[in-house]
Amino acid sequence: MTLFDEWALTLAVFLPLVGMALVLLIPRGQETAVKAVALITSLVTLGVGVGILTQFNYGKARALQFSVNESWIDVINSRFHLGIDGISLPLLILSMLIVPLCIIYSWNHFPEPHNPKAFLALILLLEVGMNGTFVSQDLILFFIFFEVVLLPMFFMIGVWGGPNREYASIKFFLFTLFGSALMLVAFLALFFTSKEATFDMVRLAQFGGSGIDHTTQLLIFAGLFLGFAIKVPMFPFHTWLPDAHTEAPTVGSVLLAAVLLKLGTYGFIRIALPILPDAAEAWAPWIGLLAVIGIIYGALCCLAQRDMKRLIAFSSVSHMGFVMLGIATLTSFGINAAVFGMVAHGLITGMLFFVAGSVGERYHTREMGRLGGLLTQAPKLGWILGFSAMASLGLPGLAGFWGEFPAILAAYEPANLANGLFGTSNLVTFRSFMIVAAIGTVLAAGYLLWMLQRVAFGKPKPEFEATHIHDVHASEWIAWTPILVLIVVLGIFPGLLFSITDGAASSLTKVFGG
Amino acid sequence: MNPVIDYHALAPEIVLSVTIILCLLVDLFIPDRPRLVPQLASLGVLAAIIPVLTLAVSGTDVSMFGGAFVVDNYALAFDGLFLVVAYITLLVSFDEIADGDYYGGEYYVLLLTSVLGMVMMASSRDLVSIFIALETISIPTFVLAGWRKHDTKSNEAAIKYFLIGVLSSAVMLYGMSLIFGFANGTKLSVISEYSAGSPPALFAVAIFLTIVGFAFKVSAVPFHFWAPDTYEGAPLPVTAFLSVASKAAGFVALLTIIRFGFFNSSDSWQPLIWVLAAASMTFGNLAALRQTNIVRMLAYSSIAQGGFILVPLAVAGDVSGPSAWEAVLVYLMIYAAMNLGAFAVVMAVSRRTHSTEISSFAGLGRVDSVNAVMLSLFMFSLAGIPPLAGWFAKFVIFRAVFDAGTTAAVVLGVIAALNAVVAFFYYSNVVRRMWFDEAPEVVSSPRPASVALTLAIGITVVVVVVVGVYPEVFARLGQLAFASG
Repeated sequence: MTLFDEWALTLAVFLPLVGMALVLLIPRGQETAVKAVALITSLVTLGVGVGILTQFNYGKARALQFSVNESWIDVINSRFHLGIDGISLPLLILSMLIVPLCIIYSWNHFPEPHNPKAFLALILLLEVGMNGTFVSQDLILFFIFFEVVLLPMFFMIGVWGGPNREYASIKFFLFTLFGSALMLVAFLALFFTSKEATFDMVRLAQFGGSGIDHTTQLLIFAGLFLGFAIKVPMFPFHTWLPDAHTEAPTVGSVLLAAVLLKLGTYGFIRIALPILPDAAEAWAPWIGLLAVIGIIYGALCCLAQRDMKRLIAFSSVSHMGFVMLGIATLTSFGINAAVFGMVAHGLITGMLFFVAGSVGERYHTREMGRLGGLLTQAPKLGWILGFSAMASLGLPGLAGFWGEFPAILAAYEPANLANGLFGTSNLVTFRSFMIVAAIGTVLAAGYLLWMLQRVAFGKPKPEFEATHIHDVHASEWIAWTPILVLIVVLGIFPGLLFSITDGAASSLTKVFGG
Repeated sequence: MNPVIDYHALAPEIVLSVTIILCLLVDLFIPDRPRLVPQLASLGVLAAIIPVLTLAVSGTDVSMFGGAFVVDNYALAFDGLFLVVAYITLLVSFDEIADGDYYGGEYYVLLLTSVLGMVMMASSRDLVSIFIALETISIPTFVLAGWRKHDTKSNEAAIKYFLIGVLSSAVMLYGMSLIFGFANGTKLSVISEYSAGSPPALFAVAIFLTIVGFAFKVSAVPFHFWAPDTYEGAPLPVTAFLSVASKAAGFVALLTIIRFGFFNSSDSWQPLIWVLAAASMTFGNLAALRQTNIVRMLAYSSIAQGGFILVPLAVAGDVSGPSAWEAVLVYLMIYAAMNLGAFAVVMAVSRRTHSTEISSFAGLGRVDSVNAVMLSLFMFSLAGIPPLAGWFAKFVIFRAVFDAGTTAAVVLGVIAALNAVVAFFYYSNVVRRMWFDEAPEVVSSPRPASVALTLAIGITVVVVVVVGVYPEVFARLGQLAFASG
């Protein structure tokens, strides 16, 4: 163990907190200093992430690496236990990458009421929660980080959001709080019913629910399910998402889509599946059903939207449905697809929200009926929108494809379980899901192209004909280029990511269908 | 026959008594030095903490007066809590009392007398000593509630509080006398032995009456109706004291009497406390949702928080280990810090705005961001949002519930979980007013908060943050307090 191995994850989690403290100490007047400190902190954190990437032992991606295991709350046997494997690593890096890009994007245009100091402090606090959730190996620690994320997002939506911000922020908070209350209850139930009174995820996964009677397992899993499903969000718990996305400031939407939603799906993979495999098998067909309902429902809702951001928000519901479908198959192929889907959705939908935010800022409206001709007025912005839309609809050669297509393929051959829904076998159930999901991809092409056509094609509407629309700013280029490059690179070399996740995914799914 | 008296074990009570007498004398003979009494009072409280610490270090349990007065870890933990709470209450009182043309000296004497009762309460192991301690706590607070004697609301507060207080004492005393009749003794150990046999049905009635008496004291629904009016009418420092210290003392009495006396007849008290807990959480929250005044909101919220504290007691009979008792202590410590903190900020802000309406907090984030951040922290902590201390308070409650594991316990746990979500709505309402709304165009006279008030806010906020991130500090204390029992 080198010094870096011991401290890397702790630094990754708490460096942003140090940055936040520094930001708060700088007087409000010195905006440049505030921005610089925030950016440098997030870049240093990303640097730690790059260090982790180089030091990570890819041959042993299934094992926990960079582990830290210190005493924390001894009275309840909860420890400060951090560690990452091949599933956590990509998500951690995604979170570390998106934050500095968001700060760069905000550099010169902070949403009203301005106040960069508070805004950046909240983003850094958000990063603490996000990074912490992805590296926690103790349920209580996970819970704390999972919740830490709520407050900054609540304020970001509530203070810097759109006209309906207050409703959206409180709805976001109450939904998530409800889910996490049940999640905490489920954690405690695990603590008291499992063989050893512990909150350690690794230990609990080793027990795999043995010693807990079947009904209790089903109930505990239901509690975990609600906590995570609200965060994902899965149909029918998704209603907070369109409101939150529509009202949130651009950067808030990006962070929400790119990272926060993944906390839910990550929870399924990291906690619910390995700790309660029997219950996971029992619930899997139902989760799959909700996932495909979400795919179709989200897509249909997209077709009914007038606001660009709201459309992208509903497309998230649909895309996260694919991720959940992959998870519900309980196969290593499905989990690999799910993790890839999470990263791809994070990059692509994050990018779409960036563009939607920039469009909204230039035209002072995001209503698609009033927009048009973006390609003539700001051709580069228009092309980036087109590129992101193509990536989002799953065009082969771009990252989105490798999230969607393998998830559908995984549903062709789900884990070999006893029974599926409505008296059919699990195989029949998931193959039906596969067909529905495939229809979902067609709908996705439909709504994304329709959005592109209305926003980018044609001539500008008369009200904006004379308006000068500035094309992509320098700060936007800097913020967007890494994302655009990654979308292409991961699209052409999906093996880069699959090779990291595969080991962990296959060791995780060994228990299923046996 | 002279009783054996251990002066070391009695030192906290003695220090407080001496301080009270000194305060009275100083106020009488040196009236032109008004700041002397408060300084003396706070020094006295701090001095009383010293013997608590030395006793804790010495680690030997002392039992006096035939077992009616015991100094053990349990008593010392609560002594410490009461004294620290008293010190913070004193800190928040200075400005308010000095500015308000009140009788300063008597205020501190009455407050300390009430604290003396609390310190006695923690050590009491006999129905008579519990009752005396409880009255020592209550009677000064009746007077304190009516401290603003030219204000009709304050008078109403005092009268309501007094009448209810006397009524509850009467009910409780009746119950206690019945218990004495059955058990042939007032010592809790005697009652415990008696209830381990097979007591007649009427014994359950006696328990019922005694607990109802305490339910008034801790303002559990449906015996809560005095609390909102009293809290609103009383001066703010007194309200803070009532809603934290004297409420905590009521819970300590309840905890003591159940743990050492009634424990064996859990069939009699568990259902009653279950109902009180569920009703207090639910009703307290629903009523708090509708409040437009922050003090009334905090009053109802403290009823709801009281309901949470009752949850572990409602399942205590089914828990084998001490986790239910620990939950009460840990919750009380955390609750004290966050509620006192909230009151301190409300006082600091209302010195400037002269209003406690929630609407008067609009836009505070821009006008006075430090106080707005502090109040937000306390509100989120009260709502139980990590990483602030409130989450751990809720956590220990749920832990006790699952430790009991009975259906009744789990149902109560679910009610508690749902209430925790509802509570967020009104706590966050204050936060939303402060940060999401524009400040009203009112010219207000700036009156910077005094050092004492700032210190009070500082201490409580440190507790709320540190315990939230590293709950081991309080959890360990809780474990030590119940280790031998």
